[in-house]
Amino acid sequence: MSTLHTVNKSPFERNSLDTCLTVAATDSTVLMYEDGVAGALQNTSASSAISDAMGQGVKFAVLGEDLDARGLSSDRVMDGISVVDYAGFVQLAADHDNVQSWL
Amino acid sequence: MPLEVNGKSYETDEEGYLANLNDWSPEVAEALAKADDAELTENHWEVINFLREYYEEYQIAPAVRVLTKAIGKKLGKDKGNSKYLYELFPYGPAKQACKYAGLPKPTGCV
Amino acid sequence: MTEKTFVYLNRKAPYGSVYALESLEVVLIGAAFEQNVKLIFIDDGVYQLTKGQKTDGIGMKNFSPTFSALGDYDVNQIYVDEQSLKDRGLTMDDLQALTYEDEDDDWAEKNSMHLVNREQIAELIGDADVLLNF
Repeated sequence: MSTLHTVNKSPFERNSLDTCLTVAATDSTVLMYEDGVAGALQNTSASSAISDAMGQGVKFAVLGEDLDARGLSSDRVMDGISVVDYAGFVQLAADHDNVQSWL
Repeated sequence: MPLEVNGKSYETDEEGYLANLNDWSPEVAEALAKADDAELTENHWEVINFLREYYEEYQIAPAVRVLTKAIGKKLGKDKGNSKYLYELFPYGPAKQACKYAGLPKPTGCV
Repeated sequence: MTEKTFVYLNRKAPYGSVYALESLEVVLIGAAFEQNVKLIFIDDGVYQLTKGQKTDGIGMKNFSPTFSALGDYDVNQIYVDEQSLKDRGLTMDDLQALTYEDEDDDWAEKNSMHLVNREQIAELIGDADVLLNF
């Protein structure tokens, strides 16, 4: 069973990403979008938790359109997080068995 | 009520402001003024063009105080005062000029 | 009318919720009353000021250019919390360099942006006559 976890809240404001990372297992993907994209940048206070999860085989993606809207350039995204567009979002949803939205 | 210009119809709100920013053209401005029984002179156009440039840059229609100050800076002190602007646009410079410029009503407008 | 100090505390990122846009609109409307206005950007509020916002992809209006008009409205005291930037991997270079023209100094262009620490923010809040939170 693979799950796509979506996070649309800033990790600096809510604990959505934190809780998500404690649940996300190997073979699952965490997609950050809307205010959640803040978590994908390098050198933030959320970076180490994401790196740890990557080390355990969790994959990460971030929605490019939401990065652009917030003036956050995709070359500042952490290594290992793939930048996807809306079509990529849909593809991820289709590729996983379940979608869990951490609203 | 929609505004008719050269056989084309443009959507407006209940106060006659254009519903869509992109519908604007100088001909539409003339028609909007005509609906108020106003005629647009060179002096009116200076203000209308200024407003359109301001909106393009800042994405807002300026408040009348800001408009007055900025017009004074750009077009000279004799034009940057409310007497001059109210003579051109008796319904209120920001409100009426914005209407002809096809902009939304200024935020917090008077 | 005696001038009062209005402090707007902005803590939310733009676009994900309506707070940031609402705050900006209230600031612009409030500017008509010619009071002493200060804006604080702290926590996710710092994202409101980033350069290069492009919202075509999300189908929302990009209101970040409007911050550049604040100087025209005599809103020229903008305070950014240093720790919030740091926590988010940002620096002042990532933010718009907002300025104003000083009418009393032959329209010289001056900086509106100030990087502050929590102690200074406590002082700004303490000195406020009116506090507005978004």
